[in-house]
Amino acid sequence: MLSFIIRRLISAVLVLFAISVMVFLIFFATPGVDPAARIAGRSASPAVVAAVRAAFGLNRPLPVRYLLMMDHLFIKHDLTSYVNVNTPVIPQILHAAPVTLSLVLGAAVIWIIVGVLGGVIAAANRGKFIDPLIMFVGIAAVSVPAYWLGEVVNYFTQSKFHSSVFSWVPSSGYVSPLTNPWQWALHLLFPWLTLAALFAGIYARVLRAELVNALNEDYVRTARAKGLSERRILLRHALRCSLISIVSLFGLDFGALVGGAALLTEIVMGLPGIGQLTYNSLQNLDLPVIMGCVMYAAFFVVFANAVVDVVYALLDPRVRVA
Amino acid sequence: MAALGVVLLVVSACLLAPFYAHDIAHVDAFSSNLNGQIRLNGKWVSVLQANTQGLGLGVTPIGPTWHFSNYFLGADNQGRDVFTRLLYGGRATLLIGTTSAVICCLVAAVLGLAAGYFGGVIDWIISRVFDIVWAFPIYLLAISLSVILLTSGLNVGPIHIGAGSLLLPIIIIAAVFVPYVGRPLRGIVLSLKEREFVQAAIGSGASDWHIITREILPNVAPTIIVFLPLMVAFDMLTESALSFLSIGVQPPSASWGTIIQDGLGLLYTRPWVAIAPGLGLVLTAGALNVLGDGFRDAFDPKAKLRGSI
Repeated sequence: MLSFIIRRLISAVLVLFAISVMVFLIFFATPGVDPAARIAGRSASPAVVAAVRAAFGLNRPLPVRYLLMMDHLFIKHDLTSYVNVNTPVIPQILHAAPVTLSLVLGAAVIWIIVGVLGGVIAAANRGKFIDPLIMFVGIAAVSVPAYWLGEVVNYFTQSKFHSSVFSWVPSSGYVSPLTNPWQWALHLLFPWLTLAALFAGIYARVLRAELVNALNEDYVRTARAKGLSERRILLRHALRCSLISIVSLFGLDFGALVGGAALLTEIVMGLPGIGQLTYNSLQNLDLPVIMGCVMYAAFFVVFANAVVDVVYALLDPRVRVA
Repeated sequence: MAALGVVLLVVSACLLAPFYAHDIAHVDAFSSNLNGQIRLNGKWVSVLQANTQGLGLGVTPIGPTWHFSNYFLGADNQGRDVFTRLLYGGRATLLIGTTSAVICCLVAAVLGLAAGYFGGVIDWIISRVFDIVWAFPIYLLAISLSVILLTSGLNVGPIHIGAGSLLLPIIIIAAVFVPYVGRPLRGIVLSLKEREFVQAAIGSGASDWHIITREILPNVAPTIIVFLPLMVAFDMLTESALSFLSIGVQPPSASWGTIIQDGLGLLYTRPWVAIAPGLGLVLTAGALNVLGDGFRDAFDPKAKLRGSI
């Protein structure tokens, strides 16, 4: 097990290195683009451009520039915005990260619970009305843009029915769980549901397929022959094995969410997280902030994937030797 | 079949955008119309109406009239006809989605075939590139590429692509998704290479080119065809997300993503500006996904078990 964890960590570090090199090449070595002018912002004075050139060592060899960028991002933490002059970037990212984490973790809890419940119910009632429903939800989940769904949800909860059914919904924003845990959950409820709605359907669909497969396995026949109840077979025997595939799927989706749908949902839901920060800096082309957000989010995704793989190996010993 | 019908309907509606703009609605979708007036129920009404609530500052665009001849879905902040822009936006979204999916599948097929068939160093290099791009979250990669390229255009050697060109989002989206198609294709080629008919072709001295085009490609083609509608759906959604972030289609051009962004500020007063393009996306992407499932069932009957779930 230990050797698996070490191997997985080494590969994660290699991936992190590869991603950082790619970000570096995109931002600093795209042919035909002057990185200093881009980073300095749209109407920067020659002095500012010269300062950027010095700070990132743009007249020095590529490897030195790479090290300087990583130094600013991860060691000295002194990357500064040139659009909002002298605003350090890294503290903004660290300030925004808990919001994104709250959003993603809460949504993940909801979609796992709903997805597993839905999958089990669908497998128990296979061939009945629930099958086409699960099919439909699964298709919808890969066709609905999360940020658009967020806007629609916002419209109904904040405007259309805000005076009647949804009068208890607070106006969009974020409250730290340290100041008021209840308000934190209340503010995040609909963002959570929006994200969870997209994934719960897929999970129910996958789990149903896995459960139906598992119910045809020999060990289930043995359990039936021993006279166990159908409920016990489904929950204790079939579900246990089927959950393994859900864990590996979760690893992929959780990463994709942090690097995609969650960021977009934050923007429409008015949550001041990494996504909102990226969106605002895209509006005024504040490149250092975008670079920092991309790098930190990508690193988080790789780290989260590694953790999920280790959990997966804990659950399924076959993975450890592969 | 219903799915195919939906796709065709959306495509033809969007292709008719100029006809609708000129001959039915008589509007220009791309220039602002701040002082425009339209005739509604026998009365002249301003496209942008002064706010009556609150401090009475600013203007609110006219809401949906539900008359096809006149601002069917209302106007946006610039006084432009939302429905006309919706049709034009659909053109951009569909164009980018389709072309980038085709480019992506072509590039992925070439790389996947080369990696799977030749193996060795070629396979190692292509697979590592796939791995790295795969590990990079799609949207973050697309954002990084777009923000650099869209501000300055692409200038590589003799190739010059202007900053506002639709080609940039097409290339970026195609590139980002290549490993998602290329990796499975490489796997299929690897297993095909061990099959008897390929071994027989190698044994009888056929050239690499002959084996790839005559023996392997026909067996890979169904997989590519199954991928195509799914990739179009994916690429449309990615395009809209990038345009929503204002790093996809650039103004004054419209796409469904930019219209959703326009609608963000009008959400509580004129919700249709944001809702309508999203409905178009959901409808088209959903139909394409159903279509992809149908293709898979048609080409691979054994997968029917999965398709029916």
